[in-house]
Amino acid sequence: MLKIAKTDLPALFQKIAETKDLYLPIRVADQVNFGVYTQDADVSLETLKTVKSPKDAFFPQSETLYTCNKTENKISITPEELQNKEFVVFGIKGCDVKGIEVLDKVFLSEPVDTFYKARRDHGILVALACNEPEESCFCKAFGIDCTDPKADVATWLVEDVLYWNPLTEKGSALTDAVKDLLSDADDSKVKEQQEKTKAIVEKLPYMNLSLEGWNGDVLTEKFDSPLWEELYQPCLACGTCTFVCPTCQCYDIKDYNTGNGVQRYRCWDSCMYSDFTMMAHGNNRNSQMQRFRQRFMHKLVYFPANNNGMYSCVGCGRCVEKCPASLNIVKVVKAFQKEGGDK
Amino acid sequence: MCDCNCHEHYTEDTLIPKIGIITEITQQTPDVKTFRVNAPEGGKLFEHLPGQCAMVSVPGVGEAMFSITSSPTNKEYQEFSIKKCGVLTDYLHTMEVGEELTVRGPYGNNFPVETELKGKNLLFIAGGIGLAPLRSVINYVIDNRANYGTVDILYGSRSMDDLVYLKEIKEVWAKEEGINVHLTIDREQEGWDGHVGFVPSFLKELGFENNKTALVCGPPIMIKFVLAALIEMGFSKEQVYTTLELRMKCGVGKCGRCNIGSKYVCKDGPVFRCDEIDELPAEY
Repeated sequence: MLKIAKTDLPALFQKIAETKDLYLPIRVADQVNFGVYTQDADVSLETLKTVKSPKDAFFPQSETLYTCNKTENKISITPEELQNKEFVVFGIKGCDVKGIEVLDKVFLSEPVDTFYKARRDHGILVALACNEPEESCFCKAFGIDCTDPKADVATWLVEDVLYWNPLTEKGSALTDAVKDLLSDADDSKVKEQQEKTKAIVEKLPYMNLSLEGWNGDVLTEKFDSPLWEELYQPCLACGTCTFVCPTCQCYDIKDYNTGNGVQRYRCWDSCMYSDFTMMAHGNNRNSQMQRFRQRFMHKLVYFPANNNGMYSCVGCGRCVEKCPASLNIVKVVKAFQKEGGDK
Repeated sequence: MCDCNCHEHYTEDTLIPKIGIITEITQQTPDVKTFRVNAPEGGKLFEHLPGQCAMVSVPGVGEAMFSITSSPTNKEYQEFSIKKCGVLTDYLHTMEVGEELTVRGPYGNNFPVETELKGKNLLFIAGGIGLAPLRSVINYVIDNRANYGTVDILYGSRSMDDLVYLKEIKEVWAKEEGINVHLTIDREQEGWDGHVGFVPSFLKELGFENNKTALVCGPPIMIKFVLAALIEMGFSKEQVYTTLELRMKCGVGKCGRCNIGSKYVCKDGPVFRCDEIDELPAEY
C-alpha cells in the first residue's frame, strides 16, 4: 500500500497529465461530471456520484466513426482514428467500474467494436472507494463492495491522505510513473474506514435489495406480468434514466453534413423513446408500457440470459435520484417481490 | 504511395462500410427496383449465405438493412430489391447506374440450406416484397438441384403489377423440373387469368401434404395466417422457417434496436424457425 497527502494531489494530477489525458470528477456550474483535468479545474473527489457515469470515457455520448466525401460519382471513406494515447480515469467508483465490465460484454463480444476496444486498451482505471454511500445506492445487491473497488489501481481517501494500491500491470506502470510522489503506508487506516463504510452500507434502505426471482427461466412470467401496466404509468419517456445509467449502451448512427463531407457518427440513444424501434412498416413497441418493460426486462432478464447471469445494473442509484417521475429499477424489483410474496 | 503513418491507427471496424457501385437497375413493380451492386473494381463486395442481409447506405441520406436477394451461387454481383417506402428508399429509387453507395455486411444468420433443408421437399410461401429474401434461397436450390426434393413456390401480391421477379418466375423457375409455381393476386384484374385470393386461403386450397419444409416471408399479417394454415394442414412449427424484421442500426447486436427477448434479430436472426419464435416475447 502506498500513500500521498491530499494536499499533494494537484502535483499528482499534473504529473499524470504531463503524459496522459486525465479524466476526473470536475465541478462545472454546480454539477460534477468526469472531465479532462486542467490546472484550474475544480476537482471534486468527495462527490459520491457524478451526474453522468464515466462511461463516456470509453463509449462517448457522441463520436464520429468515419467521414464520407463525394466527388462527382465517387465516394471516399476516411475512418476516424482510433484512440492511440493512454489516458487515466481517476476517481471512478466501484459501481461504475462494474458498469464498464457490463459494457465490455457488449462491445468486446464478437464482432469486437474496435473504437471501444482501443479506448479500453489505452484507458487506465484508478478507482476510489466510497466513504459515505447514500440512500439511493444499492451496489451490494449486485455483489459490489464499494469499499474495495477492483480496477487498475484502487484508492481510498481517508482523512487527509489518499491511499494507493495498484492491482494490475497497467496500474503498476502508472504507479511507477508517479512513484516519486508516493510513499509507503500501512493499511490500518484504510481497514478502519472500510469497516465504517460497511456499517453505513448495512443501514441503507436499498442495499439488501433481493434479486431473487429474476434469475433462471422467468422470461414469460415476468414479461406477461400485469404489473408493468401499473408501473409504467408515471413514465414521461424522457430517457434520463438511460443517459445517466453506467450500463445503458443503446446507440444511434446518424449523419452530419459538414458542408465538406458527411460525418457518420454514433450517439447514445434510448429505448424509452417512441421512435427507437419505428420503421417503415410500423413500430413493434408502440406503447410506453412496452418501452418501459423493455428497459427493465433487458437489464434483469435478457442481458443476464446472454451473459452468465450478469445483470445489466450495478446499483449506482443515479436513476433513483434523477427520474423526474420517481420511477426506477428498485421500484420495479420491489413491486415484483411484493407480488411474489402475496401469492 | 505516401510515406505517412497517419493511417496506421485506422480501423477495419464492422461499422465501416465498403463502397459499392450500382451496375444495373431493374424496375420490378411501380415501387420496387432491383439494384445490382459490385465492388468499384468489379466483382462481389463479399460472400454471403441465403437469407443474410446487408446495410446499404447513401451518405447524408441514411442507412438501412436490406436482404440480399441474389444467390451466393452468383459469383458476379449482389442484388437488393428495394421497395420505395421512406427517406432512404425514396432516394435510392432516384439513383442511376454508375452511382456509388456504401454497403456493409453480410449480417445475420441464413436459411439452413446446407443442413436442415438438405434433402427436403421445400415449400416457399411469399407475399409482396417478401419474395426478395426467398429468391436467394430459391436460386441457391436451383443451382444445387440434386440436394433438394420437390419445390413449390406459392407467391402472391396485391395486384399483378406488384408481383416481383415475374420474368424470372415464368422464364426460369416455372421451367425447372420439379418446381411448381403457384401465383395469386388479391383482387380480380383485367389481363390476369391466374388465381385470385389471399396467400393463406390459396395455400389451404392447394392443400399440400405435410412432407415439406416451409419457408415463409411477407407482411406480418400474412405470416400469421399462413402459419395458422400450415398448422391446420398438419405441419409442425419445426417445419416452418420465417424471417423477422425490426429496426436496426448497427447490424451486430449492440445498438439495442432489434433486441427481442435475449435475441438480436440482426445477429441471431433474421431467419428463425417458428418454434424458436414461440420462445420470444410477442413483440415483433
